[in-house]
Amino acid sequence: MINENLIPKIGVVTDIRKDTPDVKTFRVVGTDGKKLFEHLPGQCAMVSIPGEGECMFSITSSPTNKEYMEFSIKKCGCVTEVIHSIEVGQMITVRGPYGRNFPVEGDFRGKDLLFIAGGIGLAPLRSVINYVRDNRSNYGKVVVVYGARSMDDLVDIEEIKTQWVKEPNFEVYLTIDRPQEGWDGHVGFVPAYVKELGLDPNMTAVLCGPPIMIKFTLAGLLELGFSKERVYTTLELRMKCGIGKCGRCNVGNKFVCKDGPVFRMDELDELPDEY
Amino acid sequence: MIKINKNDINAFFAAVAEKMPLYLPVKKAGETNYGMYAEGAEVDLTTLKTVKSAKDFFFPQSETMMKFRKEGKNIDIIDVREDKEPFVIFGVRACDYKAFSVLDNVFLQEPVDTFYKARRDAAIICTLACGRPEESCFCKVFGIDAADPQGDVTCFLTENGLMLRANTEKGEALLSLYNNSEKADEKEVKAAQDKTREIIKKLPFSNLDLSRFTEENLKELFAAEEWKELSEACLGCGTCTFVCPTCQCFDIREFKTRQGVIRYRCWDSCMYSDFTQMAAANPRTTQLQRFRQRFMHKLIYYPSQYGGTYSCVGCGRCVNKCPQHLNIVKVIKKLGGKND
Repeated sequence: MINENLIPKIGVVTDIRKDTPDVKTFRVVGTDGKKLFEHLPGQCAMVSIPGEGECMFSITSSPTNKEYMEFSIKKCGCVTEVIHSIEVGQMITVRGPYGRNFPVEGDFRGKDLLFIAGGIGLAPLRSVINYVRDNRSNYGKVVVVYGARSMDDLVDIEEIKTQWVKEPNFEVYLTIDRPQEGWDGHVGFVPAYVKELGLDPNMTAVLCGPPIMIKFTLAGLLELGFSKERVYTTLELRMKCGIGKCGRCNVGNKFVCKDGPVFRMDELDELPDEY
Repeated sequence: MIKINKNDINAFFAAVAEKMPLYLPVKKAGETNYGMYAEGAEVDLTTLKTVKSAKDFFFPQSETMMKFRKEGKNIDIIDVREDKEPFVIFGVRACDYKAFSVLDNVFLQEPVDTFYKARRDAAIICTLACGRPEESCFCKVFGIDAADPQGDVTCFLTENGLMLRANTEKGEALLSLYNNSEKADEKEVKAAQDKTREIIKKLPFSNLDLSRFTEENLKELFAAEEWKELSEACLGCGTCTFVCPTCQCFDIREFKTRQGVIRYRCWDSCMYSDFTQMAAANPRTTQLQRFRQRFMHKLIYYPSQYGGTYSCVGCGRCVNKCPQHLNIVKVIKKLGGKND
């Protein structure tokens, strides 16, 4: 009578990569060396070091990675502070996958895709972007607009610079908030950059980042002629159970853990503005 | 239907308790709450409402979910659950019984909460029809008949004794544990039910109008000006959520012991300021937002998720217990529709 939904699995951290001053990416496998469970892009998992708390994180790696899972985690609270202090070989607990994924096999198929991310907001989108890269023929053109406070805050810039930019029919636009020595790319906030780029409003857009970025970027996209039915985002609220029972991650009559975290903008319009 | 004479009721309880744990309303230090039957216990079948609801039986205030042993970088999970033996809950009122189904919708929906289900499956529930509903009662508003609750066994307490009607096989098996009963006079039960229903008709909150609480009005009600006035006096103490038979929000927490880590869950309250607190933000920073969340959940969000059933059963405990005299009745009167 194991309750697989609330009793976690044991994972082992096999690699830790420091992406930015406050973001680390943790590679996790089961105690048997295999991937803990399958997931779909945009889904989340509850990660814990027992005794230190349990938190919901988006699964950063793509489902097409059959060997391990990765979580990109920003140090910003009690639990993430402890997670940042662990070393390779540390066991953690993981349960999931939870929530509704991006419709990579539904609405996204055959479409031109626009990904817009700010800061750590790239973590949940990386799963989708790499899924699309690994199933390239199923999708049209891909455009990624990614911004961060500084060039040091761009998460996993290596993969972007060495792999993404080389993909055919795949454009990457990077920006940082303020000018910085050693940076010859674009400078400015994401919402303004998106408007400047004059993007094709027939693309399906996916947004993830701080709420203020989402708000202004969405307004910019609508000005460019994008429709809310073709713009997706992923939400984050405090969670405890992950299965729609503990009652705290609701926005109106939807639970972010179960009905989300992925929502279309027209769906969010139906809900109270409380997230 | 069988009848147990007034003087034999204790013998019936003793016969049941000999076979399995029996929980029923017991008076202790002036308050009536569910307790285990034991010889000499002050069983109280006349007090209408236990202070705490019956939800503890399935959704306890606190329960250990699992333990962890940590050694260096290694972690072991210890599953602490045991098979649950059958037990009897006696004296559940119609409102609290209906509340079980409200909790069932949440905990038994896929993915099933097996902690909850194990206890739910093990329980034999004997409901007790209300004899004298009180002014704070408004179960009728939610379509509940306090004179005829369901469950495995339905009981009626009259001047002459206890009438029991088995509704399920489990209930029949339970009643067969006691063989000193006689046949009940159905007319007597009917008369008692009529009396109860007459009282209910005259109760002040029996005809509240809920017609405005629909999913279509979700955003309009969310934005209603009235929340400010309704919530102004709220202290955020959470008493309403703790005595509520349908409030089901919980927290999952841990504590460290010398032997390892214990992970447990416990009741939580949407009325508390840290309920939705995250490292970087909190979507509900004011008591107005938290107060609104509780009632929007009970009257609009929950019904829209579970086929129109409200997450309130009109037990009136919050009416009696709020230190600031706030309650769901005031919310319904202000926002529910035509309520004078």
